[in-house]
Amino acid sequence: MSVEHDRSNLPPPNLPGLSLHVPEPKFRPGDTADFSDFDIPAAGAARRPDTAEPANGFHELAYSLVRVLDEAGNAVGPWDPKLDSDTLRKMLRNMALTRAFDERMFRAQRQGKTSFYMKSLGEEAVSIAAATALASDDMCFPSYRQQGILITRGYSLEAMMNQIYSNSADPLQGRQLPIMYSAKDHGFFSISGNLTTQYPQAVGWAMASAAKGDSRIAAAWCGEGSTAEGDFHSALTFATVYKAPVILNVVNNQWAISSFSGFAGAEATTFAARAVGYGIAGLRIDGNDALAVYAATRWAAERARTNQGPTLIEHFTYRAEGHSTSDDPGQYRSAGEPTAWPLGDPVARLKQHLIVLGEWDEERHAAMDLELAELVKAAQKAAEKNGVLGHGMHQPFESMFEGVFEEMPWHLKEQCQQMIDERKAAGL
Amino acid sequence: MIQAINSAMEVMMERDDGVVVMGEDVGYFGGVFRATAGLQAKFGKTRVFDTPITECGIIGVAVGMGAYGLRPVPEIQFADYIYPALDQLVSEAARLRYRSAGDFISPITVRSPFGGGIFGGQTHSQSPEGIFTHVSGVKTVIPATPYDAKGLLIAAIEDNDPTIFFEPKRIYNGPFDGHYDRPSKNWSNHPAGEVPDGYYKIELGKAATVREGEAVTILAYGTMVHVALNTIEELGIDAEIIDLRTLVPLDIEAIEASVKKTGRCLIVHEATRTGGFGAELSALVQERCFYHLEAPIERVTGFDTPYPHSLEWAYFPGPVRIGEALKKLLKD
Repeated sequence: MSVEHDRSNLPPPNLPGLSLHVPEPKFRPGDTADFSDFDIPAAGAARRPDTAEPANGFHELAYSLVRVLDEAGNAVGPWDPKLDSDTLRKMLRNMALTRAFDERMFRAQRQGKTSFYMKSLGEEAVSIAAATALASDDMCFPSYRQQGILITRGYSLEAMMNQIYSNSADPLQGRQLPIMYSAKDHGFFSISGNLTTQYPQAVGWAMASAAKGDSRIAAAWCGEGSTAEGDFHSALTFATVYKAPVILNVVNNQWAISSFSGFAGAEATTFAARAVGYGIAGLRIDGNDALAVYAATRWAAERARTNQGPTLIEHFTYRAEGHSTSDDPGQYRSAGEPTAWPLGDPVARLKQHLIVLGEWDEERHAAMDLELAELVKAAQKAAEKNGVLGHGMHQPFESMFEGVFEEMPWHLKEQCQQMIDERKAAGL
Repeated sequence: MIQAINSAMEVMMERDDGVVVMGEDVGYFGGVFRATAGLQAKFGKTRVFDTPITECGIIGVAVGMGAYGLRPVPEIQFADYIYPALDQLVSEAARLRYRSAGDFISPITVRSPFGGGIFGGQTHSQSPEGIFTHVSGVKTVIPATPYDAKGLLIAAIEDNDPTIFFEPKRIYNGPFDGHYDRPSKNWSNHPAGEVPDGYYKIELGKAATVREGEAVTILAYGTMVHVALNTIEELGIDAEIIDLRTLVPLDIEAIEASVKKTGRCLIVHEATRTGGFGAELSALVQERCFYHLEAPIERVTGFDTPYPHSLEWAYFPGPVRIGEALKKLLKD
């Protein structure tokens, strides 16, 4: 028996049927990428509130774009961190080194030396300028594209490569997918392949630090796509409730594999605006401007260290490469996008700034690139002495059973013995 | 049992200032089952605190605190609410030691009341232990008495690996014989109802032989230990009852020795049947004791349905179902 619904409480039935909105990016393969309607706020225009100002006093900063470097390469406005030229050159060098490292490891994957790699091309400022602004013992909870933090903190390139090759010197004993580093002594949390799980963990670490009266703060990174995860929202809730001393970075590189940022809500508002609903300080910044990233991180760190609570920073940038070695961006986006992206290349912009200051020139830059390429090559050569993935077993196979628990329980011992017996019986 | 659990946390908080207790309603109020009563007043708000209602957040934050060097004891208010935290438990807490090659560990103990028998309906009655025993890198502990609850919880908190500590809420206030229509008992007359003050622990991975017997081995844990014991006493069956206490790591030696002695095995749990921990127990017994078995292994479990509210006592694996299974096992 069907039920008659009385809908006389509604307006006259002259509305068209409902329609479902499914977001679509502006440009697909074959289209000409054109960002001319993209409104770029002028560098130096954004206000820099005092770090003691309550989060509800500067909501506009979650919707605009904090920029320091102008088109000519000058540092302008209240957010200019006024760094000395040595620090600027160091940042430039770390960005160029990360790029050289990425290039080399990307090629190593193509040569079959490892299973997987992820470049951070175009996003180097996000991790390197932030790591430069943080204290060296602040705890970082990165996602998979912040290798720049390790490089800035002086972690060994060779150790990174050993991990990428899962070879006999891999600090993670061949247990993790390439680039999922872990380096506690460098304040770098074990990277998970599951997205944004590090967000509540960073908040928990920061809460523990605060509860213990420590002075160290935490920082986390995730992509704009994974702000949709429940973990992101759990983390923001915890962060605001306990005023956790944590910096929550959203790297908006506009693409989550093949899904453009519209599938994370970018058509409706900014990612920094998520902070507003939680009562957290929110900043939207030019992620390709190393000085803006440095200044915003410094500002957020000062808030955190003075018990002003968390800050959410949206780094507006562009993923200039594929998501990883496993996808071809030519299949889902316009080939012209990376070059048409109006906020430019973070390395070129910082370089230009140093040139404008009279502290750098093209010749020195070219020499540095050459030197870094050699440095990476030498590290690679050393790492490959420890083996590359797929060429022999680099760890004793029994090691598979180690480290599941602090002490190996009987069932793992038994499974290990079974494997040994089976291999023996098969003549291996 | 509530007081025993409370005492375990109090003892550990006194011994180790890294131990923190967190969860929904656990602070000022002391928990919906009162397990954390008095702890905030004694240890302060930075060591015992209420949390937002996000289980994913509670466990994620606990993992982060563990990485800092604390020893968090988060409470999930009901085991039925643990699912939003699964990614943090399965992919993070359980894997952190392995994936970081020991660089980071996750020494957290997740306490959660579980099981039925209190008319909790399908969202306050579940027994999801089989989900966690299936995961590598996490231990699963289920006490059946106040004495064990305290000793096991202390051991779990001291352990450097993540532990799921499921508390059978039907027996929080007293042992349960399976007869829901009889007056309930309290722990005061039970030998394991007496809990010493201060510190003691029961090693994880060790079962307890609750009753020695010759006719059949019954493998059980939590509430079902008491239901099984009462059933065999009523039926006059000389069964050996093993309270597993820890599911992972399992005390396989105790199981093997008992089944080889009796030649018959009944497995009892309240959780749903298919893929439940009883299936693993059955496989292990078959693999190790096949030539000693004189009858097929029997399982008495919850049915593969959601936990029904009004039909709770038809669903609950009570004395009737256990009795029928024992008859089948012992008929030859």
